[in-house]
Amino acid sequence: MDERRLDGNAVGGLLGEVFTFEVTMAEAACDRCGTVAHVGETMAYVTEIGTVVRCARCDNALIRIAQNPRGYFLDLRGVSYLRF
Amino acid sequence: MSEGFVSRGFRGRRRQTDDRLPPGQYLVEGFPVLSAGPTPRTPLDEWDFSISGEVDEPKRWTWEDFQALPSEEITRDIHCVTKWSKLGTAWEGVSIDTLLEGVETAAEHVLAFCDGGYTTNLPLEDVTGGRAWIAYAHDGKPLEPEHGGPARLLVPHLYFWKSAKWVRGLQLTTYDIPGFWESLGYHNYGDPWREQRYWGD
Ligand SMILES: [Zn+2]
Repeated sequence: MDERRLDGNAVGGLLGEVFTFEVTMAEAACDRCGTVAHVGETMAYVTEIGTVVRCARCDNALIRIAQNPRGYFLDLRGVSYLRF
Repeated sequence: MSEGFVSRGFRGRRRQTDDRLPPGQYLVEGFPVLSAGPTPRTPLDEWDFSISGEVDEPKRWTWEDFQALPSEEITRDIHCVTKWSKLGTAWEGVSIDTLLEGVETAAEHVLAFCDGGYTTNLPLEDVTGGRAWIAYAHDGKPLEPEHGGPARLLVPHLYFWKSAKWVRGLQLTTYDIPGFWESLGYHNYGDPWREQRYWGD
């Protein structure tokens, strides 16, 4: 048995530390063009269906957020990493 | 999840009795624009439309080729998931049936892809049988970029987010790939008459 393989609850503390950062100050790396910019420096498009945060250089959808009766949906697939 | 924390739906307006209006919808006269990104402006000499994926042979049309295809005039009601409906909208475009003529496929699904990266998924049978078009004119004029020009998908029997703006092609697949909004809680099929706005509706 691999002792490094743990139940996801085991990283609750670490994830709790991660998800408290000031998001607009974090640097996001664009998964398409590699541009690294503070989230606050990207371009946001807010619509009734959802919000799309796009790379200021290539318009790639970095972060997509929908807030609807099924919950908050956060899609980060356009970001290769966040640094904060 | 605590109720009230995430309870935001689209606000209802006044009640309607017009039987052309699906449940929860209200009428508009104008043509609202909903854009989650910059408006792409692809020059017509760089535009093309393709049928790809699970097909015996991919197909591709330039803008010039596309204009030479038989077109149809279409008048249909359209219904947006944000609750507006617009009756009797007039379009001109090419039926998807025309584009799929002679295409051999085992696919049961379609993913429409667009300039700007937008995608939406549909069952293949919903874009065939005279129910879907690639529209390039609205109200007798070339389709304006803010409404999806030079060409958009038109699938009026489903919520309008399925009628993808700036469409550039259809990928035919044997499996279903949730699109841009379908992967964020919006209904995979989106029938306005069954009020399929969100997952589980
Ligand atoms: Zn980029």
